[in-house]
Amino acid sequence: MDNPEQLIRKGVHHAGLKEGAVKGFLGGLTWGIVFIALLIFGRICWDGVPALIKPEAPFVDIGFLTKETETLHVFDDASGARHSMPASEYHAWKDAHGADAVFNEQTYAYSGGGIAGPILGTALLTLLSIVIALFFGVAAAIYLSEYAKQGRFINLVRLAILNLAGVPSIVFGLFGFAVFVLAAPIFTDNPAERTLFAIPLGFTYLSFEGWKPSLIAGAATLACMVLPVIITASEESLRAVPQGFREASLALGATRWHTIRKCVLPFALPGILTSSVLSLARAAGETAPIMFTAAVAAKGLPSLNPYTAMTSQVQALPYHIYTLAARIPTSEYTQRAQYGSVFVFLMMIFLFSTVSIILRQRVRSKLKW
Amino acid sequence: MVNGSPTLAPPAIAVDGLRFNYGEKQVLHDISLEIPSREITAFIGPSGCGKSTLLRCFNRINDRIPGAKVTGGEIRIAGIDIARPDLDIQMLRRRVGMVFQKWNPFPKSIYDNIAYGLRIHGEKSRKVLDERVEYCLRRVALWDDVKDRLRASAFGLSGGQQQRLCIARTIATKPDIILMDEPCSALDPLSTLKVEELLLELKREYTIVIVTHNLAQASRCSDKTAFFYLGKLIEHSETQKMFSNPSVKQTEEYVSGAFG
Repeated sequence: MDNPEQLIRKGVHHAGLKEGAVKGFLGGLTWGIVFIALLIFGRICWDGVPALIKPEAPFVDIGFLTKETETLHVFDDASGARHSMPASEYHAWKDAHGADAVFNEQTYAYSGGGIAGPILGTALLTLLSIVIALFFGVAAAIYLSEYAKQGRFINLVRLAILNLAGVPSIVFGLFGFAVFVLAAPIFTDNPAERTLFAIPLGFTYLSFEGWKPSLIAGAATLACMVLPVIITASEESLRAVPQGFREASLALGATRWHTIRKCVLPFALPGILTSSVLSLARAAGETAPIMFTAAVAAKGLPSLNPYTAMTSQVQALPYHIYTLAARIPTSEYTQRAQYGSVFVFLMMIFLFSTVSIILRQRVRSKLKW
Repeated sequence: MVNGSPTLAPPAIAVDGLRFNYGEKQVLHDISLEIPSREITAFIGPSGCGKSTLLRCFNRINDRIPGAKVTGGEIRIAGIDIARPDLDIQMLRRRVGMVFQKWNPFPKSIYDNIAYGLRIHGEKSRKVLDERVEYCLRRVALWDDVKDRLRASAFGLSGGQQQRLCIARTIATKPDIILMDEPCSALDPLSTLKVEELLLELKREYTIVIVTHNLAQASRCSDKTAFFYLGKLIEHSETQKMFSNPSVKQTEEYVSGAFG
C-alpha cells in the first residue's frame, strides 16, 4: 500500500463533528418527547396516587373503587371542626346531630363516594362495543378479503373504510345520536308519537323511534367508531395467512367457507384479537361518542337485569372526568374524585394496551410459517 | 403404447383447443392433448411457458385467481367437460388431487393434516380415520418416521418429509388423478429421489401429471412428456422418444440444453 499514513487523520475531524451534531439533535428531540410524556404521567400520578393509595393495609382506597358516586357535603360542626362526607353519611350524621349542628355547608356534586358506577359503565360499554364491532368487522373483513371480487371498486370500499377511521369522534357521537338514539327500530306495542314510521306486525309494532340514550346505543356508536380499525386489522391478519393453506384446502375439495373456517380464521384469529384489544383501549377512552348516546353524570350501579341494563344510561369514566373537570367548581375537596378518576382511568387504559402488546408479541413469535 | 395394447377407455384428461387468459394476456394458445390413465405425464418447458397454468386448469384451482379465465376450448376429465355449470367442483377436486411446489402442510398435527380431507367429506369414524392415516403414511414411506408423533406439528418435519406428507394428504381422499406442480424443485437430491421412487410406486393406481423444470427427472420417471414453449404445446410424445429423437427442432434444443 502506498501512503499508509493516509489512514491516520490529521486536523479537525469534520465528519465526526457532523455525526455528533445529528445524533445529538435527534436524541434531544426523542428525550424531549419522553420528558414531556413523563411530566404528564408524573403529574397525574403525583395527584392521583394520594387519592387512591393509602399508607396502611389494604393500601388501596377500596371504597373509592367500589362505592357509588354521591354528592360531597362539607360543613363545620358546632365545635368548628370541618367535616367532608358523601350525601348518605351526611344525612345520617344530620339525623344523629340535628340540622342545627351544621354550619357553613357547601356541596360539591359527584365528588363524594366512589367511582364504581363509571368503572362498571366503561367496562360494559367497552365490552359490548367490542363484541358488536368484532362481529361486524370480522364478517366484513372475511367478505372483503376472501369473497369479494378484487378490483377497483373493492379498493374504493377499502379506502372509504380507512377514511372512516379518521372521522372525528364527535361526528360519530352525533351520528349515533341521530341513528341509534332517535331512529333505530324497536319492537313496541305503543309506538311513540315521534316515531319515524311504525310497521304493524299484527301482534306488535316495529317502530323506528330509537333506543333512547342507553348502554346499547352508546356501545353501537363506539362500535361504529372502532369498526374501520378492526376491519383493516382483520383483513391484514387474514391476508397474512399463506395462500398455500387456502389452495391446499380447496384442492382437497373443501368449500370456500370450510376453508375459511378451518384453514384461515383459526390462524388469523390471534392477530385479529390482539389488534382489537388496542381498539378496545380507544373505545374505552372516548368521551364524545357516548356523550349524547349513553353517558349520564349521576346514576346508580347498572342493573343486574340485562335488558334493563342495556336500555338504561350508564356512567362512564371519561364522561365522569369531563363532568368533574368542567361542570363543578374545583376545590381541595373535589381533588380526590378528580385526580383519582383520572388515575384509575389511566391505569385501566394502560392495562389494556400492555396486555394487547404482550399478547401480540407472544402470538407473533408462536405463529410462524 | 408403452403399456402394451391400446385401450378403448377414455383418456384420463383430454384437452381440446384450450385457450386461457390472465386478464388481457393470453397465456395458453390452442392446447390439445390427451393424458392416458395410470401413467406419468411430465410437462416441461422454460419458466412462464404456461405448463403450471395448464395443470392448475385441471382442478379449476385457477378459478380463484382474479382475471384468470378459459377463453376457448374445453377440458374433459373422464369424458366430463369440467366447465359445465352443474359440475360439482368440490367432487372434481376430490377426484383430481394436487401437490404444490412449496410444500404446504397446515399448521396442525401430522394426523390432522391427513385427516383433513376425509373430515371435509364427512368422515367422522375414528377407526376409519386412523386406518386411512396409517395407510397413506405407509404409502409415502413416512409411517416409520412419524408413527410415534402423529400428534406433533407437521412443521417439525424436514422439507422432504413435509412434501411427502402433502402427497399423503392428497391421496387420503382417494383421487384418480394427482397433479404435481414442481413437487421437487425445493428439495435436496436425496429427498427428490425418494419422491421420484414414490411416483413410480403411485402410478400403478393413479394418473399422475407432473410439472418439472428438472429434465433429468422428466426422463427418469415419466412415460409421456409434453414440451411447452410460450404458451404453445410444441411436442407431446413418449418420453424416450422425446429425449432421444425429438421431432421438433425447438424440443431438441431445449432437451439438449441449448436454451431454457
